[in-house]
Amino acid sequence: MQGSTLNSPEIAVEATLSPAMITHDAHPDLRVWGLLTFLVSESLMFGGFFAAYLLIRGAAAAWPPEGTEVELLLPSINTVILVSSSFVIHLGDVAIKKNDVAGMRKWYGITALMGAIFLLGQVYEYMNLGYGLSTNVFANCFYLMTGFHGLHVFIGLLLILGVLWRSRRPGHYSDHKHTGIEMAEIYWHFVDIIWIVLFALVYILTLF
Amino acid sequence: MTQAQIPLETTSTIHVEHLPAHAPWKWYDYFTFNVDHKVIGIQYLVTSFIFYLIGGLMAVAMRTELATPNPDFIDPSLYNAFLTNHGTIMIFLWIVPAAIGGFGNYLIPLMIGARDMAFPKLNAIAFWLNPPAGALLLGSFFFGGAQSGWTSYPPLSEITANTAQSMWILAIIFVGSSSILGALNFIVTILLMRVPSLKWDQMPLFCWAILATSALALLSTPVLAAGLVLLLFDINFGTSFYKPDEGGNVIIYQHLFWFYSHPAVYLMILPVFGVMSEIIPVHARKPIFGYKAIAFSSLAICLVGLFVWVHHMFTSGTPPWMRLFFTISTLIVAVPTGVKIFSWVATLWGGKIRFTSAMLFAVGLLSMFVLGGLSGVTLGAVPFDVHVHDSYYIVAHFHYVLFGGSVFGIYAAIYHWFPKMTGRMMNETWGKVHFVMTFIGTNLTFLPMHTLGIQGMPRRVAMYDPQFTAINQLCTFGAFFLAASVIPFMINVIWSWSHGEKASDNPWNALTLEWTTASPPIVENWEVLPVVTHGPYAYGGNYVPETTDVTADVKG
Amino acid sequence: MKQIPASLLTLTAGILVTVISFWVGQNHGLMPEQASEQAALVDGLFNVMMMIATALFLVVEGAIVYFLVKYRRRAGDDTDGIPVDGNLPLEAFWTAIPSILVIGLGIYSVQIFQEMGGFDPSSHSMISHSHVSAVVAQAPATEAPMAGDMVPLLPAPDAAKPAFTPKYGFGANPDDPNGQADVVVNVTGMQYAWIFNYPDSGITTGELHVPVNQDVQVNLVAQDVIHSFWVPQFRLKQDALPGQQTGLRFKASKIGTYPIVCAELCGSYHGGMRSQVIVHSPEEYETWLTENQVAQQQTPNAVVAVNPANLTDTEFLTPYAKELDVKADALSHLHTKHTMMPAMVAD
Repeated sequence: MQGSTLNSPEIAVEATLSPAMITHDAHPDLRVWGLLTFLVSESLMFGGFFAAYLLIRGAAAAWPPEGTEVELLLPSINTVILVSSSFVIHLGDVAIKKNDVAGMRKWYGITALMGAIFLLGQVYEYMNLGYGLSTNVFANCFYLMTGFHGLHVFIGLLLILGVLWRSRRPGHYSDHKHTGIEMAEIYWHFVDIIWIVLFALVYILTLF
Repeated sequence: MTQAQIPLETTSTIHVEHLPAHAPWKWYDYFTFNVDHKVIGIQYLVTSFIFYLIGGLMAVAMRTELATPNPDFIDPSLYNAFLTNHGTIMIFLWIVPAAIGGFGNYLIPLMIGARDMAFPKLNAIAFWLNPPAGALLLGSFFFGGAQSGWTSYPPLSEITANTAQSMWILAIIFVGSSSILGALNFIVTILLMRVPSLKWDQMPLFCWAILATSALALLSTPVLAAGLVLLLFDINFGTSFYKPDEGGNVIIYQHLFWFYSHPAVYLMILPVFGVMSEIIPVHARKPIFGYKAIAFSSLAICLVGLFVWVHHMFTSGTPPWMRLFFTISTLIVAVPTGVKIFSWVATLWGGKIRFTSAMLFAVGLLSMFVLGGLSGVTLGAVPFDVHVHDSYYIVAHFHYVLFGGSVFGIYAAIYHWFPKMTGRMMNETWGKVHFVMTFIGTNLTFLPMHTLGIQGMPRRVAMYDPQFTAINQLCTFGAFFLAASVIPFMINVIWSWSHGEKASDNPWNALTLEWTTASPPIVENWEVLPVVTHGPYAYGGNYVPETTDVTADVKG
Repeated sequence: MKQIPASLLTLTAGILVTVISFWVGQNHGLMPEQASEQAALVDGLFNVMMMIATALFLVVEGAIVYFLVKYRRRAGDDTDGIPVDGNLPLEAFWTAIPSILVIGLGIYSVQIFQEMGGFDPSSHSMISHSHVSAVVAQAPATEAPMAGDMVPLLPAPDAAKPAFTPKYGFGANPDDPNGQADVVVNVTGMQYAWIFNYPDSGITTGELHVPVNQDVQVNLVAQDVIHSFWVPQFRLKQDALPGQQTGLRFKASKIGTYPIVCAELCGSYHGGMRSQVIVHSPEEYETWLTENQVAQQQTPNAVVAVNPANLTDTEFLTPYAKELDVKADALSHLHTKHTMMPAMVAD
């Protein structure tokens, strides 16, 4: 398509448009592209938090300071649950591409359950740590970053539940019409990837 | 190059709000949640202009205070509230929404032959985040107003006017979200919704500029949001991210802040560079000189612009290697900017220049941006920057760039596209009066500030050493003159909008796509989408449309 | 015009631009007086930048004005201009020239930065401390309790702590063989005053006194919010940060009195946060040192008495009122914000 020279004085003759492109009422569904672009932006917000965390950590004498150690067992289980939920949700995507709405509902339901377990685990962890948001600067970072991520898991959960709600109507989703399903999946993978980085920074890195 | 050939049959489609193609918008539609990109563009422009007037009045109050060395006109705390909100409003509620939100929204779909933006509802949401942000900023004055500068460095921002500062943070998060939503909409629209006959190298340079701007906004705004969330927590929820005696660090805020706020300078100037590349060829009747160089320089500025932020922190807690790295990167940014300026000057060469009001503002921008750019290069060199950092030299520099640059560009764009937006011409005589007053006022206000700064006057002061009185009074006089220059403009806009001469579809004989539809354009822009047959700046050949409708008031 | 060949015109214009630029570069007269060794270095760099900027300004603005006049549309002419849309050699030329200029400027800046001592801000060390002690013949340790009185106000310069090593700022002149400072001053910025403490003699003042032509190390710390220590005549500036150690090193080259201004917004009376640096001859400096030491040793509480932490804000600021150009009743407005600072309340 890049044939003509720049600002060529000759008239670049163009093939006529296909009639479909000229119609008033429709253009290609670009929502997936919009979501991907948005997630690039979102990841940089997490990037800002991570950078602040690493800079504060770099200047601290002891990290985490005494009395605000993190627990490792429960978060590790939680990590396993969240990471495997990414595979589960993908099975749902595979199902809908085969026009298997019931299969999709099954896999998305399981994903929602796993997400809810993750969130409950997180709340349980908060309640049993013995320190709060304002205890010290490590606690600040810990609660802010995990809390902000938790908020994203919650939004992802709502998206999945929204998909399940809409899929009650027969024919709402099909093998060639499932953008909403795809978007919920992409968002869920994003939340998952952020968690892996977060887990490495907040939990694993405290071991060293 | 296959973006245009997405087979519609295999892709699900969404329905654009389908309105009867022949029902034009009524005046009250502009006060509603409307999804038409043209309505949203005008909503942005009018709203932001109101904030421009408010921010301008704050500047007048500050200049009145500075007519004498003593703090005898307004309370110093109020002075600080004014300087904070003047900066915040002018950046976040005037230049960014006017240049990107206003002209970007209005022009991008028209320039690429699309019926609307990719996500019309999201677009409307992005606009409606702005009024509450403005209300928060103005409302903060009931709580003393945020007083720690538009930079809001902690610890000062954490111990001064806590409620007002929190409102300020929320306002910035609102406009930041608006900016991110707008940016993703522009990126998807420009990349995926061009009319198939529009090739990459036929895309108007304004689109390239908005693309680069959006990429910057998308990557840098969330980092500012992160920094501000930490500040908000420090103020309200007892955390200590920026509290040094509790393990926090004040420098981290400055890095997060400037990682956004240096690119923010490009957010404000790149769209205006795009406007320049549209206006100069049309009114000089010449093809733009060096299309590819200008397009690539926008992308180069966008890329290098992400790695220069520490030059705002040369006298802060910045280690030597960082001072040197950012000296070099800052100096390098001057190269693509210089390329643009040289290209525009070369575009003037051999033209048939028509001195319309739009062209006068564009040329005024060109001549003043040269000065702002040169003072910017001197600031990149760390040894000199250490001397003038946070002095009036900085104030002079960024007003040359942002007033002499961005605001002049917005004025030029209004004069140029007003006929398209309203279907009526603006009065050229009053336009010229406006230009002369603005040009004189700008130079009278900001040129002497260079001397003040070099001689040792710090910025953001309500009281100063009496040795600087004379020059300050000159600046204050210039500021009053500059403020008065808005009056002929406002009269002109209001009068022309209702009584101006009717404009033809293409009053300037321009070649970009927005001029192929009616003035003002119909609701979905075209009955039948246009077919691109030539480049956007192919002036000087025999293929230019017949000059049947050159309007009478374009005598030059 | 027709008779004069274009090349000759261009040559004349070129010579004219060069001459004007050189002249402006040397005679712009924008900079204030030079009063430190670094000032001469900065001014040298600025003069070069001014020269290049003048040349570019004249060429570009000249081209704009010339084109606007020459290529203006004549009445009745509705045709277009020449369809030229680029020229690769020309574009390469005007990309290369600025590139070369900025790379040159970059290298020159690095050079100046190095000569100013920017590469090693922490070159002030404990060695210099003992060196000064030996000369002044007053063991700093004996002064420690006195400095200790200032602990709530001046945590960092406390003599009991390890030596203050600025991480940021400017250090010793790299050409100086021993790299030791002759005078060390601990400076604290607070809303809205500078406090200068001489650890070797225990003197605390509100003005900076330094001997001419001697290496002075200024250690900066902020007590409440960020301040910035700027002496325009020295061309030096460095932020004083809460919780971080910064510093400046300079050699004053001219006897006189110069302003010290705060250059970082620090609150309502930021503009009034001004002090001065008095550059003495060596003899005068010794006299000043002795007089103040005697005065402060006779009434050690005098130091505490002027300790701003013990005063209300109005009391503290009243002596500065003349300098601040504010009236006493205006000062009383301040107290709300001022007393919020933890350090103040702690007292």
